[in-house]
Amino acid sequence: MTLNSEDLHQIAKIEKDKQDGFQHRIHVCVAAGCLSCGSGVLMDALGKEVNRRGLDNWCQIKGVGCLGLCAEGPLISLATSGTYYQGVKVSDVSDILDALGGNPVGRLLCPADTAFFKRQVRIVTENCGRIDPERIEEYIAESGYESLYLALTQMTPPEVIEQVTRSGLRGRGGAGYPTGLKWTTVSKAISSTKFIICNADEGDPGAFMDRSVLESDPHRVIEGMAIAGYATGASQGYIYVRAEYPLAVKRVRLALAQAERLGVLGNNIFNTHFNFTIKVRLGAGAFVCGEETALIASIEGRMGRPRPRPPFPAEFGLWEHPTLINNVETFANVPPIIRKGGKWFAGIGTEKSKGTKVFALAGKIVNTGLIEIPMGTPLRDIVFAIGGGIPGGKGFKAVQTGGPSGGCIPEQFLDMPVDYDSLLQVGSIMGSGGMIVMDETSCMVDVAKFFMEFCMSESCGKCAPCRVGTRQIYDILCRITGNQSTPEDLAMLEDLCDLMKNTSLCGLGQSAPNPVLTTLKYFRDEYLSHIHDRTCLAGACKTVVEVS
Amino acid sequence: MKQHPQKKVRTDLNPSRLLTFKIDERDVSAHEDESILTVARQNGISIPTLCHLDGLSERGACRLCIIEVKGVAKLLPSCVTFPRQDMEVITNSERVVTYRKKILELLFTERNHVCSVCVSNGHCELQNLAVELGVTHVRYPYLYPRHAVDASHSRFSIDHNRCVLCLRCVRVCDEIEGAHTWDIMGRGITSQVITDLNQPWGTSETCTGCGKCVQVCPTGALSEKGKSVAEMIKRRQFLPYLQMMRGRQDDSWQK
Amino acid sequence: MKEQVPNPGNTPPASSKPAEDHRLRMVNRTMQLYRNQSHALIETLHTVQESFGFLEEGVLKYVAATLRVPLSRVYAVATFYHSFTLKPPGEHTCVICRGTACYIGGSGEILDDIREKVGIVSGETTPDGQVSLLVARCLGSCGLAPAGVFDGEVTGKLSPEVVLEKIGRWQTHDPQ
Repeated sequence: MTLNSEDLHQIAKIEKDKQDGFQHRIHVCVAAGCLSCGSGVLMDALGKEVNRRGLDNWCQIKGVGCLGLCAEGPLISLATSGTYYQGVKVSDVSDILDALGGNPVGRLLCPADTAFFKRQVRIVTENCGRIDPERIEEYIAESGYESLYLALTQMTPPEVIEQVTRSGLRGRGGAGYPTGLKWTTVSKAISSTKFIICNADEGDPGAFMDRSVLESDPHRVIEGMAIAGYATGASQGYIYVRAEYPLAVKRVRLALAQAERLGVLGNNIFNTHFNFTIKVRLGAGAFVCGEETALIASIEGRMGRPRPRPPFPAEFGLWEHPTLINNVETFANVPPIIRKGGKWFAGIGTEKSKGTKVFALAGKIVNTGLIEIPMGTPLRDIVFAIGGGIPGGKGFKAVQTGGPSGGCIPEQFLDMPVDYDSLLQVGSIMGSGGMIVMDETSCMVDVAKFFMEFCMSESCGKCAPCRVGTRQIYDILCRITGNQSTPEDLAMLEDLCDLMKNTSLCGLGQSAPNPVLTTLKYFRDEYLSHIHDRTCLAGACKTVVEVS
Repeated sequence: MKQHPQKKVRTDLNPSRLLTFKIDERDVSAHEDESILTVARQNGISIPTLCHLDGLSERGACRLCIIEVKGVAKLLPSCVTFPRQDMEVITNSERVVTYRKKILELLFTERNHVCSVCVSNGHCELQNLAVELGVTHVRYPYLYPRHAVDASHSRFSIDHNRCVLCLRCVRVCDEIEGAHTWDIMGRGITSQVITDLNQPWGTSETCTGCGKCVQVCPTGALSEKGKSVAEMIKRRQFLPYLQMMRGRQDDSWQK
Repeated sequence: MKEQVPNPGNTPPASSKPAEDHRLRMVNRTMQLYRNQSHALIETLHTVQESFGFLEEGVLKYVAATLRVPLSRVYAVATFYHSFTLKPPGEHTCVICRGTACYIGGSGEILDDIREKVGIVSGETTPDGQVSLLVARCLGSCGLAPAGVFDGEVTGKLSPEVVLEKIGRWQTHDPQ
């Protein structure tokens, strides 16, 4: 079956008419966060109650992707009036239905005019919380697959790449390599077989953006991959997704089946000569598989150990063929860029970091959840305006970005705009977008120890500096927090960090010292008080406090 | 039946193209597909290595062969870095030498390397590297892990306390012998080489008992039984020869 | 071509229980889906883990022979990835997330309490075979920190008391 533009419009029109037929539409968040506080049961209850009242044609109940404010789940939104309810229980169902068309239920109301909702600019997450991720028709109704159609029928592959280059989009996986450049390299590589890989192995502890996008809007990623396939000359794609995200896996598989049935994946897509298929591969719990050569090894069925680069995957990737690897969020940015043009995208953000970035706010912050903001938003606005500040009246201490490869940013840099280069300047990285806020009760040595323990157990063990270095650094940090350290330990700590940074084989080892280095730089007094005074300034390290 | 795509060789490196570049201020010439390590050794410039062994594939993992290249901030492993025209390579800057020492010291702390009781004492590559790099003491604390000795094989034994995880045994078993009895289990600091399903070596069904792994092992981790302290001398002459014989394309010797 | 080489190890492990045959069928189905190509190893191990609960040695041998992967490589892959276990799990599994947000939120204390009161650490099973404890790197439920999974059900905003109570009920076979 092949589609054309009229078919797409027809599907979109039917879907829109169907939605307009309802007087009220209630969207229940069924992303993993809300599901775990019982939104599935809530949706069933709503559906039953609507059915019992005979309102089936008047009010629609729909499961949608992430609404963003995960801490207050289960969340529901009334699409027709723009009202949000938070912390909804099954017992609230009849009140909600009673209040439709009248005044909203005050006790459940989630203030929607706060900075959390207002400051966000939604590109990647534009459909999150608005469409049912399990129905391709709803995606098409929101201009879905229009970009793919546009690219295939009206643009040449170099024109597609030109738009991506012009947009200034940089890899959202963390390093920020210009996407247009990567696409160009792969498209220029000479090979009859090329691969597209979507890196959805979101291993950063504290990051859940990719999961949310895959759970809320899987078709967007599929469309982005297909466009990338057309632009680079690849006809086969893989989505490498963590096995720890069963819901995302399920929805991606469903979305792929639907896309194949409609013919937006497969052979002769939109009656052109372009063929593209996508397969899902499950990760198996290895952080290092986020590194591109390790990811390729894992898809090939081997242990996920990185290999030295060059040669880069763009020339020698999966089964030694040119391979384009981009992150979920990067691919999700592609359809709007094609639809609205690279120039439009380049108008958002800062000079060197274009567009928006999705962050997962977590830790000691009021509004934990998912936010999408333009690049260059000051950190202070993210933490205090959008995030709502620190709960319990405690003082802010640091914000950790970039996961185990990133660093802790202290208060003095709060007014820094968040973009790739500024973060790099203070010793952290953008990373995939996890943002963990720490208050005054968090001990920074303990935080550094936590990340080093992570890197130690996630180190693949291939190169000696990372294999032994992570263990040695972890031991020193244990000695410091455990009241057994000597002043010499501090020098050795710095020495080992420098060694790992300069001699490790892959990005994991090279960046593993970052949390230690940044805390050493900005919170040195905490290290010193552990070592010299045997006290933990934050009062978090039990052993130290007990002794003193 | 559909096979997954055929493997390709690195086509971006042209073996017939010659180029000139500098190693430690000396002008050298090389083919494009010769690693910097190979070229350096051809010219009598020594670069320490541990996981590298002529005749086996490169891993780039021990990081001892790191070098500096002018204009490149990162240190590069010379075994998997290929020369470019007019490249300037420095193999013995203070920075590089210090890092090499530290990496070697880390390797000494990782397992229990006690030379005085080792079968390979005096013939050990790890020991030689320490002498060569002037490592007289180890600045980091020893980890003293508990590792077992497996002497279940009739002719060989493995002492994991002396293993440096260079994986030469794994590579020689796979690439030359073709048995792939060895592999590496776990990850990070808990990695360990294993035979078959992590079973005693003597019970391995795939091991041919050829002993190639023993001969390529740089330390006393793999040794022949019946050898006492300092008696284990490894013989590796077979390796380049077998690599040539097993890698040849035609069967001319059978005709 | 390669497929015609005799493959002596390729016989399914003998089993007496019919339930096992069903589980093996699932494994076979996965391998066939990938036409017994060696790169299907990780996908196959996922299926083995799912249907057997852990990676049984006999099944590993069978998988190795069918996919033509060396035994040591199968073991290496099985131990490299944290998703796979080689030991049979307990009746119930409790997974505690130790991602950054959950750690900051206090999942370390939960694990400490389990170690003290129940006597197991991550990867272990209680002596009565009732409860296995696992630690996840990040469940992606950071908004609900600290989070955990109890027999497949994600639960957020945990406290040591809630977790201990849950484990206690499992051990005493108390349904709710």
